[in-house]
Amino acid sequence: MSMFFTIAVIVLVFLIIFQIAKASEYVSVIKGEEKSRKEQNKVNGFLMIAFLIAGLIGVYLCNKALYPETLLAHDSASVQGEKVDQMLWLTIAITGTVFFITQIVLFWFNFKYQESDKRKSYYFTHNNKLELLWTAVPAIAMTALVVFGLKNWYSFTGPAPENAMQIEITGKQFGWIFRYPGADQTFGKKYYKLIDDASSNSLGQDWTDSKNFDDVVTQATMYCVVNKPVNLRIFSRDVIHDVGLSEFRLKQDAVPGTPTSLWFTPKYTTKEMKDKLSNPDFDYEISCDQMCGNGHYSMKGIIKVVSQEEFDVWMAQQKPNYYAAFPDKDPSNQKSPMTADSTKTTASAATKDSVKSKM
Amino acid sequence: MSNEASMHADTSISVPVEVHHHEEHVHHHHHESFITKYVFSQDHKMIAKQFVITGMVWGVLGGLMSVIFRLQLGYPDTSFPFLQDLLGKWWFENGHLTAQAYYALVTTHGTVLVFFVLTAGLSGTFANLLIPLQVGARDMASPFLNMLSYWFFFLASVIMLSSIFVSTGPFSGGWTAYPPLSALHDASPGSQHGMDLWLIAMAVFVVSSLLGGLNYIVTILNMRTKGMSMTRLPLTIWALFFTAVLGVLSFPVLLSGFILLIFDRNFGTSFYLSDIYVATTNTALPNEGGNAILFQHLFWFLGHPEVYIILLPALGMVSEIISTNARKPIFGYMAMVASLFAIAILSFLVWAHHMFVSGLNPFLGSIFVLLTLLIAVPSAIKVFNWLTTLWRGNIRFTPAMLFAIGFVSLFISGGLTGIWLGNSALDIHLHDTYFVIAHFHIVMGVASMFGMFAGIYHWFPKMFGRYLNNTLGYIHFWITIIGAYLIFWPMHYEGLAGMPRRYYDYSTWVSFNQFGDLNRFISTVAMIVFAVQLLFICNFFYSVFKGRKVTTQNPWGSNTLEWTTPIRPGHGNWVGEIPEVHRWPYDYGKDGREFIPQNVPVGSDESVH
Repeated sequence: MSMFFTIAVIVLVFLIIFQIAKASEYVSVIKGEEKSRKEQNKVNGFLMIAFLIAGLIGVYLCNKALYPETLLAHDSASVQGEKVDQMLWLTIAITGTVFFITQIVLFWFNFKYQESDKRKSYYFTHNNKLELLWTAVPAIAMTALVVFGLKNWYSFTGPAPENAMQIEITGKQFGWIFRYPGADQTFGKKYYKLIDDASSNSLGQDWTDSKNFDDVVTQATMYCVVNKPVNLRIFSRDVIHDVGLSEFRLKQDAVPGTPTSLWFTPKYTTKEMKDKLSNPDFDYEISCDQMCGNGHYSMKGIIKVVSQEEFDVWMAQQKPNYYAAFPDKDPSNQKSPMTADSTKTTASAATKDSVKSKM
Repeated sequence: MSNEASMHADTSISVPVEVHHHEEHVHHHHHESFITKYVFSQDHKMIAKQFVITGMVWGVLGGLMSVIFRLQLGYPDTSFPFLQDLLGKWWFENGHLTAQAYYALVTTHGTVLVFFVLTAGLSGTFANLLIPLQVGARDMASPFLNMLSYWFFFLASVIMLSSIFVSTGPFSGGWTAYPPLSALHDASPGSQHGMDLWLIAMAVFVVSSLLGGLNYIVTILNMRTKGMSMTRLPLTIWALFFTAVLGVLSFPVLLSGFILLIFDRNFGTSFYLSDIYVATTNTALPNEGGNAILFQHLFWFLGHPEVYIILLPALGMVSEIISTNARKPIFGYMAMVASLFAIAILSFLVWAHHMFVSGLNPFLGSIFVLLTLLIAVPSAIKVFNWLTTLWRGNIRFTPAMLFAIGFVSLFISGGLTGIWLGNSALDIHLHDTYFVIAHFHIVMGVASMFGMFAGIYHWFPKMFGRYLNNTLGYIHFWITIIGAYLIFWPMHYEGLAGMPRRYYDYSTWVSFNQFGDLNRFISTVAMIVFAVQLLFICNFFYSVFKGRKVTTQNPWGSNTLEWTTPIRPGHGNWVGEIPEVHRWPYDYGKDGREFIPQNVPVGSDESVH
């Protein structure tokens, strides 16, 4: 019912505005169109300067209210992100200056040079010196931004440092899968046609490759070590996703069939960030930043940044995915060496067969 | 260059142009039935009206879609049972917008606004209306192709509209339609028949756009009246010329991208597909070796020029309207033309700045950073030239002028944030956040819309022989510009918090759920602004039939040729000979004379510009 009242009120307001507007047109005809046009001109000239002042106050208030909610209010959680923030401030300084100068001049000129019977407009068609001035100044400013921008861009898009921790991240509708190379520090081969969610092979690991035997696969939450570079090798299982790391100021698409990568060095552990932001709920979130279907908004991953000791403890608790795919291979499940041996041969033979048939 | 040869046979009456024309001139023309006059019309002015009205219908629909999805973003916990009754269960469940409906609305809103409103509705309307009138031609080079251009657009509209009603819903993968999401039927319900219809509609739209564009180019190059050299063209025509060139060169590339997508969807090819496992059906697809990024290159090779296809007509009209109403020549005419040209060229060289984080080679990305930031230079020239045009003018605030000024303000605000996003070192942080939404809505969406409004208010008297209501025009302008800033300015802050775009619900995110109040505020303002646009629509249709009649031939005291035609020009535009042009279109305030139309010969004591 309240809906109908609201609609009725809106329609009524519409009709009233419409009638007033019509009436004002009749009034202007009676008054003389030239005279009423000049009156309206004065009103709009005043509104120009009023809009400018109200707008500048609005910019200030908006900044005051919203600045603390943005990432600008605290420093980047990655070393690389510091450079993004530096770039951001340089760009804010340059574009902000231009913004205020041009907007103030625009509305001030409109107020100052509103129609007046006393003034004749000045016939001024061109001036090459002025044109040169405002071609050269923006060109110089842009050159500065390009130079600094690219310097930073190359600093974090280059190859990852040698000592970087290697983690594989794979997007799927709608979640993230992580893989760690295990003790051999090498990822085993994988092939998308081997993917089989039912048999705990969500990445399509090729079980004929022994490098896969120690690879650890986890879902939803990724662990990495503070102050140690992480190199993310990014894959997608189905459509394009994007690894969005807002606290680290970085992102990179996950493209099916085209591996991409992104590396960064986390500066603060999750715990430190909780204290720093005095927000006990804080977590580093991975947001999917590329439209990937109806569950796009829910495609969340978590990054836990921990100390090396904590990481080692956590890693020690993880079982290689091989044991999830073949529970009877798991040493903790083994009753006697005899049975284990026999199953090993059959299992690996079966895998080989299935690989062949699927290839 | 004269176009006497192309003169319409029935209009070759050699009556000299009278100062006061009346409507009876319409009756000089051959007998037109309702069908040939209003439906399958070949008169460029009628086609312009068809474009503007279709564009407005889409504008209302697209705007309404944004209001509905803003309800979800602003009031995620509120239930709207009446909308469920109205729209049905696919769209609303338990009074809440469903995720599939949210994405369908976002996608259709984007597609419709970019292509149907701001491409067809803006450049379709004003290219048709203004090119023959301002270059001094009886009609387009091919009135028949021109008519086809509209009807292909109409057909595209019908197909797009029908896609909303298929059982699996309209396409819902974003207006950029990136595969594999758009290529796999099983990846999303919207990627089923809705996507097929979307692609067919867009292909038909490209045909419409090409037919129109070729016609505009030929007309501008070949059909200028005597004395109308290229350097005497109004800036509107220069802008529409570059727009048409951009469209003709870039739309075919989009079409090729879409055709490959149709093949991938339906005929088992692998242009864009590789290494895909579809979880809903537990199958690994056979496609290997394709590249999903290829589509992005093809799409943005149109997609970026498209931004300028939308913006350039607005730049041109705004230059014309500011000069006319400041009663002062446009400052730096040649610089304005050169900057339009530079923008047109650069628009083809920057497409990959949409793809900095797609896995693009960082070195390739850096080339695109350089070229993208270069666009700031011609854009800055335009802004400073407009400011200098206003300086020491004698400004009349007609509603058209207000929208033109608003355009400049928005063009500055949105253009400057382009410098942020064009820099890959910032884009890696801000890409696909609300910062991008704020940027392109201000500079491409709202600014171009302001250009369109400015054009409608300015040329309404020429289109319909009546005025729009001024008071409603002022209300429309002030609420819209205040509202536009209130909606999009705070979105920059959401973007700086990393808040991703195209999210149906933010409540589960620790990083992005702090903006509940702000989202509510934005949604409320959006509804008010939308209501004011309805006020404009009412003003439009009321004034077409009942508006104050135009009684003088040249109501704005303008120099361009369209104001030398009768108040309600018939098919063929001028009664008698087409006026000859003797000067550039911006002689305002010259030698103490308020304005000197282009068809006035240069006096012997007059300094030539």
